[in-house]
Amino acid sequence: MHWPIDIVVLTFVIFCAIAALSVKDLLATAILFGAYSFLMCLLWTIMGAVDVAFTEASVGAGVSTVFFVAAIFRTSRRTKD
Amino acid sequence: MRVIAFIIVCLTGALLLYGTTEFPDWGDPKSPASLHVSNYYIEKTYEDTHAPNFVTAVVTDYRGFDTMFETAVIFTAGLGCFLLLRDFREKKEHYYQHIPTGVILHLKDEKKSLPVGKEFGYMDKEWVPPDLINKTVCRILIPFIQIYALYVVAHGDYSPGGGFQGGVIFGSSLILLAISYDLKTLVKRIKERLLGIFAALGVLIYAGTGVLCLFMGGNFLDYGKLAPLLPGHSDHIRAYGMLVVEIGVGIAVMAVMTIIYINIVSEGRHDEGL
Repeated sequence: MHWPIDIVVLTFVIFCAIAALSVKDLLATAILFGAYSFLMCLLWTIMGAVDVAFTEASVGAGVSTVFFVAAIFRTSRRTKD
Repeated sequence: MRVIAFIIVCLTGALLLYGTTEFPDWGDPKSPASLHVSNYYIEKTYEDTHAPNFVTAVVTDYRGFDTMFETAVIFTAGLGCFLLLRDFREKKEHYYQHIPTGVILHLKDEKKSLPVGKEFGYMDKEWVPPDLINKTVCRILIPFIQIYALYVVAHGDYSPGGGFQGGVIFGSSLILLAISYDLKTLVKRIKERLLGIFAALGVLIYAGTGVLCLFMGGNFLDYGKLAPLLPGHSDHIRAYGMLVVEIGVGIAVMAVMTIIYINIVSEGRHDEGL
């Protein structure tokens, strides 16, 4: 039997995705999206795809979060819907 | 309307989940993806290329043409960001700080400007004084991040990583400089023109390697034909060819990430931002 760490991580991934959609504060959404990417990176590592995990960690969790924060800095922080 | 959208999303999700029941098991050796080329890659990559990490070998050698156009896509993303956001108009208002007293001057006349030097310093409208702890920690950290990025590029064919990841990490280190100091520090160190040249140079290195292989009498991106040009044992020549290509990818990605960040955060004006 597998160690159920992948189930735990997958639960957190889904939790992060729903939270990122429902939170009104866009800065919080950007951070939640970073957390989502990092958990996906863990999931790739568990499945043995180390190269993909590395890309996810650097692009998804790292630089795209910065781009989101930069875009929020220049627009508005609250979402309307 | 929201109810209809919710029902449609639920139905699509249920259909997709139903579709996954037909998938082969995780790691199933009989799955279609593992039947045809995977075995060849696993058995023959080291003989063919002498690159221990065969993900890199597949990405930059067997599927090198794909990766070349991926690099071109990254370059196009940077170009699109530049064309959409870059704003060459001068700012109407200028803020200066009188350094000895700390008084802030606000010039509304766009013709007037003060000499920036020991007495007056530039000032941002959304200016936050750079925190000493942040500045010091980032100044110590940035060189190590950059060396790590170079390591990731150079060891692309031995360990996980490669041009894309290394380039992104190097770009992030430059972005960290802009965040911990201010945007002007970064723009002063790396000129916009230089970043543009780097982005194009990366793609040029990749495509140029391919064309060089053509001139040496091989196919496009057939690194084996580069043997007379590169030092080292001829067995390892494909790994060296991959390294050259990875360096090109790394340069392009590094420049494009920085271009995108600077243009987004300063609304294309390249003067003030996060």
